[in-house]
Amino acid sequence: MVNECAVPKKIIKGGKEVMVCDETRSRLLPVLQDIQDKKGYISDKNMQEVADMFGIHPVEVFSVITFYSFLSEKKKGKHIIRVSNCVSNVMAGSEKIVKEFEKVLMIEIGQTTKDGEFTLERTSCIGMCNEAPAIMVDDKLIGKVTPQRVKKIIQEQKQ
Amino acid sequence: MKVKDKKTKELPKRQGLVIFSEIENGAGLKKALKIKKEQVVAEISASNLKGRGGAGFPAGLKWKFAAQEKDEQKYVVCNADEGEPGTFKDKVLLSEYAPLFLEGMVIAAYAVGAKQGFVYLRGEYRSFVPALESELKEMKKNNLLGENIGGKKGFNFDIEIRLGAGAYICGEETALIESLEGNRGEPRNRPPFPVNTGYNGHPTIVNNVETFAAVVHIAAKGADWFKVIGTEKSAGTKLLSVSGDCKKPGVYEAAYGISIKEILKMTDAKDVKAVQVGGASGVCVPKSQFDRTIAYEDLSTGGSIIIFGQKRNLLDAAENFLEFFEEESCGQCTPCREGIPVLIEAVKMLKKGECGKEYLKDILSLCETMQLASKCGLGQSCPNAFISIINNFKKDYALSKNSKQEKTFNG
Repeated sequence: MVNECAVPKKIIKGGKEVMVCDETRSRLLPVLQDIQDKKGYISDKNMQEVADMFGIHPVEVFSVITFYSFLSEKKKGKHIIRVSNCVSNVMAGSEKIVKEFEKVLMIEIGQTTKDGEFTLERTSCIGMCNEAPAIMVDDKLIGKVTPQRVKKIIQEQKQ
Repeated sequence: MKVKDKKTKELPKRQGLVIFSEIENGAGLKKALKIKKEQVVAEISASNLKGRGGAGFPAGLKWKFAAQEKDEQKYVVCNADEGEPGTFKDKVLLSEYAPLFLEGMVIAAYAVGAKQGFVYLRGEYRSFVPALESELKEMKKNNLLGENIGGKKGFNFDIEIRLGAGAYICGEETALIESLEGNRGEPRNRPPFPVNTGYNGHPTIVNNVETFAAVVHIAAKGADWFKVIGTEKSAGTKLLSVSGDCKKPGVYEAAYGISIKEILKMTDAKDVKAVQVGGASGVCVPKSQFDRTIAYEDLSTGGSIIIFGQKRNLLDAAENFLEFFEEESCGQCTPCREGIPVLIEAVKMLKKGECGKEYLKDILSLCETMQLASKCGLGQSCPNAFISIINNFKKDYALSKNSKQEKTFNG
């Protein structure tokens, strides 16, 4: 809500003074996304720095980070593999794909490999239901994944 | 990306009556700029175009409200956060028809008097950003974006692409605006509506990608041309994303009024038990109702069509949808946050045959409470699929007969 805004600013609207959010606050998500991209997670120190930059409390930064599943306050792998588990994907056998990734990477879903290379997660619909089962590897959408393709997909990321 | 390139080449040219019909780049905008702003709004109103995200609010009315507001800063936002399970039609528009929907945003900006636009793109579609950015550059080069657009003095408009970060709820327009402002994507109370108090407190229109794409065709070809397509109450066409148990899944453009039967034929689906219309927040239609049609007055959908074959147990689907909502609920209002886990527990009980008749009645009454008392569309619609599956597919579960051991709401 505008009146709960962290960085309020007065504007004149219809002859009256109204409090609205400051424009700069709207940069928060892009700034956090940038840190996430570069480092793979957003550390406590980063949160404090960002909070100082925007003139808000670090708790507020933390609350934003924890709301979005693509932002993380914990360190994750260099590559994030997300297996879609929407209904079309489950019907097409996405759980078999999860099992195969778990087997090859030797981790369980939600974990990161010891060498810090891969994190394996489930995600909701990624808009690839016509090519189910589908996965997302970092930014890439990959459809028609078979257990046989899993090893190759992992190798491609290492190169 | 190799796989995708190979795939696109195999695709035949898309065909459709509106969105996929032939149009020259910039044709809609050129025509719109020749008439007054009010006339553009009137033309969109006359076309009966309704929001293609699923809610179906008349686009012309939304624009009219925003156009009436006296504010120096107004915003046009394209909702490209498609996240409804089983929807991928905006992906096609974003990757193959970018000039079209972006042009629609420029027309909207002219009509309501906006200077700044945003494409709120879901994080999952991040790989489309470079192509979209270069399309924006191309439009600036051709004077379709930037300053004095189309030679119209004083008509300045720019578009920025903003990425979502994996939150389904941000497809709800007030949550989307919260997210754009740099907050948690929690829906706002309405009113005030975004058309007068939107992004940073300024008038903002939020429309779906497909709505903007349709706008261009209406601007170029006229409201009368558009209105005759579809049904009386639902003008035009709908992009349908069909997936599940069929031979030809994909994105189809169909005139409103198409029946489920026709969709099944079109996608070569046989032995169909049920069709989920509208994704996780939609309803599950049994075979006996396959004559029903896709239209705002019958089965309204943002485009998701999921087909279930005879062998599927629909309780599994209900469980999947509810687990999805549990994950995606923003948690700010009680009926949604607390109701969903109770429904999930009920599905699990039904699967084991441990749920009795009376408890199920209580659960259905809880569903009604959630539909009535939740703050936003997510909470209001999350019990839909569950209710329709319970009512229409009684063979998929067995009720417990042991009434003495029956669980009740009070313990």
